[in-house]
Amino acid sequence: MISAPSKTRRGPHPILLWLLSSIGKKTIVALTGICLVLFVTGHLLGNFTIYLGPDWLNAYALHLQSLGPILWVIRLGLLAVVGAHILFTMLLWKENQAARPKKYIASDPIQTTVFARTMRLSGLCVLAFIVFHLAHFTLQIVDPSFKHLETTLDGHQVHDVYRMVVLGFSNLPVSLIYIGGLFLLTLHLSHGIGSLFQTLGFTNRTTRPLIELATKAYAWLLFLGYISIPVSVLTGLVK
Amino acid sequence: MKFYLEVWRQKGPESGGKLEHYEANNIPAEASFLEMLDIVNEDLTAKGIEPIQFDSDCREGICGNCSLTINGVPHGPGRGTTCQLYMRKFRDGQIITIEPFRADSFPVERDLVVNREAYDRIMQAGGFISERAGSAPDANSVPIPKVVADVAMDAAACIGCGACAAACPNGSAMLFVSAKVTHLGLLPQGKPENDRRVLSMVRQMDKEGFGNCSNYYACEAVCPAGIPASFIAGMNRAYSFASIKESVGIPL
Ligand code: HEM
Ligand code: FES
Repeated sequence: MISAPSKTRRGPHPILLWLLSSIGKKTIVALTGICLVLFVTGHLLGNFTIYLGPDWLNAYALHLQSLGPILWVIRLGLLAVVGAHILFTMLLWKENQAARPKKYIASDPIQTTVFARTMRLSGLCVLAFIVFHLAHFTLQIVDPSFKHLETTLDGHQVHDVYRMVVLGFSNLPVSLIYIGGLFLLTLHLSHGIGSLFQTLGFTNRTTRPLIELATKAYAWLLFLGYISIPVSVLTGLVK
Repeated sequence: MKFYLEVWRQKGPESGGKLEHYEANNIPAEASFLEMLDIVNEDLTAKGIEPIQFDSDCREGICGNCSLTINGVPHGPGRGTTCQLYMRKFRDGQIITIEPFRADSFPVERDLVVNREAYDRIMQAGGFISERAGSAPDANSVPIPKVVADVAMDAAACIGCGACAAACPNGSAMLFVSAKVTHLGLLPQGKPENDRRVLSMVRQMDKEGFGNCSNYYACEAVCPAGIPASFIAGMNRAYSFASIKESVGIPL
């Protein structure tokens, strides 16, 4: 008989065994990946309020601010998700390096795509971009004058997020950083989303090519959606 | 035909190795890759040089013993085993680099010979059916839907050669393990032990030090048996479900 798993033996709890196994770690990366993809999608939909005019974006921003403690729960949750995503990808990477210490002298990429091979690089660049983005629009330390932009909304004094975004993206180098960061995110996702379906076991021989195609389309749609905002500001469509 | 070979030479498991340059002269186009090496070895022996050590057995593509990485691709160009690769696939005068299968869990024993016992230990961990199923049942006495039988057959095509782990930039053996888990798990004789099997085999795979899948699909591209990487997706799912059952105490 195939020897019974841990139940009769002393050892780590099965959940811990799963978490530390190859497949468990991959699954954590995929599950945190889903959360991040959903966040990125929701964030874009929220950002689109900019096209409805200053009052819409400012009201949306005010609404988020007024969530109070819930906002902090979401923020800490996202931080934990990003942290787990990075921690587990790095654990996987370390083991993968050890499993294949000697490279071939005559190396051949064999089927692997650049997107897949550069996940770590694109991911870490995205991390740097996220830090910049938070410093720029959330903490407002890149240009502290953003803190003092005010406007009236329904008779109340509120932070003028709309003006901040327009001023922020009017700066060409800053817009280029955003476009570059989003480009790297797109590369990350054009392998990542399809990959997570495979990791979680939702693919088969017929669906994988379709999922991969849909993944690329989705990643590039996100890209176009996001960069449309700095591009609109730079071209004067949004002012 | 004539070829310029760069061949990995290594005295033993502990010693370092390096590429050595040899010329392969007067090779017939219909020679297989291994026959080409046989000719080169005869040449080397005549010159008093140690012949190149490499693995082979059936030489007809069924045993999975041959194992060379040719120009960076396990089993070389074309999807098949090294023994089924013919020299007409190469250009006259081409430089051909020959290295052993590379993965930390496949230590090089000598020259191009690697130790693939790690795969045997994974099989011993669960790649079998414990129940004595007797001799082959009469046809159709155990009804199995055709689609299921076909997938099981596709998975059973795996010859355990190790090319998947050797092609994987992460040295991952998941294509091999998933083929075994799929093949045994689809048929009525193997089904009762599915959860134990997947837990046991994946744990042994991890213990052997194979890497984790990053969904590169290099394995699938070199597999001489055409095992699809979607079997890995199925194994991932089966392993996680078996783990959940195990942790809430459902008997496996
Ligand atoms: C913040 C820094 C980030 C780093 C360092 C990072 C790193 C990585 C790495 C190395 C992998 C490949 C893991 C493997 O298969 O071995 C990966 C996968 C993935 N990442 Fe990221 N990533 C980051 C951010 C993001 C973000 C912001 C998103 C989504 C918006 C994301 C979504 C994904 C997805 C969906 C996968 C595929 C999961 C799978 O293979 O099953 N990542 N990440
Ligand atoms: S020697 Fe048997 S498969 Fe190549």
